[in-house]
Amino acid sequence: MIIDASGLDYKRINEKLAASVGDATISGCIGQRFIAAGLGERNISIDGIPGNALGAYLNGAHIKVNGNAQDAVGDTMNDGEIAVYGDIGDAVGYAMRGGAIYIKGNSGYRVGVHMKEYKDKKPAIVVGGRTGSFLGEYQAGGIILVLGLNDDSKPIVGNFPGTGMHGGKLILRGNADGIKFPSQTNKRTASDEDMAQITPLIKRYCLLFGADESKLLNDSYTVVVPDTKNPYKQMYVAN
Amino acid sequence: MKIEGQVRIPSGCAIAAAVSRDGERFSGERIIRSMPCMHDRSNGLGGGFAAYGIYPEYKEQYAFHIFFDNDNARSECESLLSKSFEIVRDEFIPIRKIPEIKDVPIIRRYFVSPFKSVLSRLQLDEDEYVVRTVMDINTNLSGAYVFSSGKNMGAFKAVGYPEDVGRFYRLEEYQGYMWTAHGRYPTNTPGWWGGAHPFGLLDYTIVHNGEISSYDANRRCIEMYGYKCSLQTDTEVITYIADYLLRRKGLTLGELASVIAAPFWSTIDSKEPKVKAELTYLRKTFPSLLITGPFSIVLGFNGGLMALNDRLKLRSMVVAEKDDMVYIASEEAAIRAMESAAGRIYYPAGGEPVIVKVKEGRY
Repeated sequence: MIIDASGLDYKRINEKLAASVGDATISGCIGQRFIAAGLGERNISIDGIPGNALGAYLNGAHIKVNGNAQDAVGDTMNDGEIAVYGDIGDAVGYAMRGGAIYIKGNSGYRVGVHMKEYKDKKPAIVVGGRTGSFLGEYQAGGIILVLGLNDDSKPIVGNFPGTGMHGGKLILRGNADGIKFPSQTNKRTASDEDMAQITPLIKRYCLLFGADESKLLNDSYTVVVPDTKNPYKQMYVAN
Repeated sequence: MKIEGQVRIPSGCAIAAAVSRDGERFSGERIIRSMPCMHDRSNGLGGGFAAYGIYPEYKEQYAFHIFFDNDNARSECESLLSKSFEIVRDEFIPIRKIPEIKDVPIIRRYFVSPFKSVLSRLQLDEDEYVVRTVMDINTNLSGAYVFSSGKNMGAFKAVGYPEDVGRFYRLEEYQGYMWTAHGRYPTNTPGWWGGAHPFGLLDYTIVHNGEISSYDANRRCIEMYGYKCSLQTDTEVITYIADYLLRRKGLTLGELASVIAAPFWSTIDSKEPKVKAELTYLRKTFPSLLITGPFSIVLGFNGGLMALNDRLKLRSMVVAEKDDMVYIASEEAAIRAMESAAGRIYYPAGGEPVIVKVKEGRY
C-alpha cells in the first residue's frame, strides 16, 4: 500500500492508513503532523519530511523514516519502534512510556524529556550522533543512549543534561569528561550489567544503520543515574 | 460552536525566511510557498511578510506603509507628513480581491524624505526623525498606523492565513533579495491588522514565534528611551530593542543576541576570561532587555538577517542552504517547500545567533 501524501492533510493520511491493512509506504510527506498516531502493529515507511508528533501514542507499529524528522517524534509513545535515517528536531520521545526510538544522526533539545517506565514497560532512545541541551530532562525511567558518532567535532551533548532526572539511565559513549551533571545525579563507568542492558540497543542500531558493532560494544560508556541519597529537596515546598 | 477548551487547536506561530547572499532578487512566490505546510501553526488571525530590495527606484526614500481606518485619519496623517517630509510618490498598495481577507482598511504607501531644514532645526539625523514621526503617528493619530518605514524594503501584513495574505498583496509581483514571513496564532492579544507580524521600524523587522514572559519589564525599560508600545502585542518590543541596541547604542548583532538571549550565569562562568567579561558586561549593562520566555525570531535589516532562539530553546528553528541561498523556518518541511534540494540542514542552539549578510554592494 502506497499513500501519496502530497496535497493531503494529516487527517486524510491517517484515515488512509487506518483504512488499509499490512505494510504501508507514505511518500511525499511535507510536514503533516501526527502521522501513525496510536497505530498498532504495522510496518510504515515514510519518504519526505513527516511533521511534528510523528508516531504520537504509537502502540506497536514499526516506523522507518528515510530522512530527517521534526519535533516531538514518539510523543507519549507506548510500544513499537521508530527508526530515523537522518537527524531529528527537539523533544524526541517526550513522555515516552514504552518501545524504542533509533536516530541515525543528531538530535535536538530535550531528548526523552519526562520519559518513564513501569514494570516491563521500559522505553529506550538511541541517538547515533550528538544531542542538544536538556538531554533527559525530568527523566523518570527507561534508557537514553547517546553514541556521539557525529563527525562535526561538536560535544556529544549540550548544556544541562539530566536536569530534574529522578529515574532511568542516561548513558553516553566515552568518559563524559567536562560534562556537568546535576548534583542530584551520580556518574559512573558502565558496569557489565549496564553493558548487558545496552548491548541489544547497540546491536539494533548497527543493524539498522550499519555502524561498527564490535567497536561500539568494546567502547567505554558513562552511566548517569539519580542519586537516591541526595534527592531534590525543598525546591518548591519545605519537605 | 465549540469554545476554547472544548476543542484543541494544534498551533504555535510559524516563521520563515529566504535570503540570497549574492543579492539576487526573486519573487515573493517562493516565501509564500513555505507557509501552507505550516498552516496548522496559525489560526487565521494574522499573516505577514517583509521584503528587502523591492523598491530600488526609490531606494533613497523611506517607504511608509500605512493602514488608515477611514479618510479622516488619512487626510490628517497626510497633512502631518507633508509638513516635514518631501513626498516623492504616494499610492494605494496594490491588493487582490479574495474572499479570505475581510475588513480591509485603507492601505497606502508613501516614499518620503524628511526636509533638510527640519532636520537642521531639530538637530536630528534622518533615521531618528523618522523613528520619532512613526512613534508620534502610531501613538497620537487615531486610526492611522505606520507598519513599515524603511528604505528599499517593506512589510505587508493582514488578518488572515499567511498564504492568503501573500496572494492578497500580490507578492509574486515583487522582486526582493530577502523575504521573511509569519503565520500568527495570537494567544493573549487581539488579532487585528496592526498586530500581525512583521513589526517594523526603519528597516528593522521582526517575525516572532513565542511569548515574551518579560514583556512588561522590557516595555517599561524601552519606553524610557522614547519608544511607545502601542500595538497590543508583545512582539513590537523586540523591534524597538533591536533599534535601540543596534542603531542607537551601536552594538553588534552578536552582542544584541547576548543581551536579549543572555546565557545563564552558570554558563557564563564556564567561559574563558575574555568572553566571560564581555557576557557579564552585557548582562549587567542591559538587564532589563533580557527577553525571557519562549521565542524564535528572525530580525531582518537592509543587507541581512539574524535568526535567534530563546536561551532555553523553547521554540523550533531549522536552517538550510543551497548555493548562495539561506533558508530558515520553524519546520524543515517549510524549507523543503521552498527548495527541495536544500542541504546543510542544521538546528541552531538556544541563544546561538544565525547571522546572514548579503555581499557588500549587492543590495
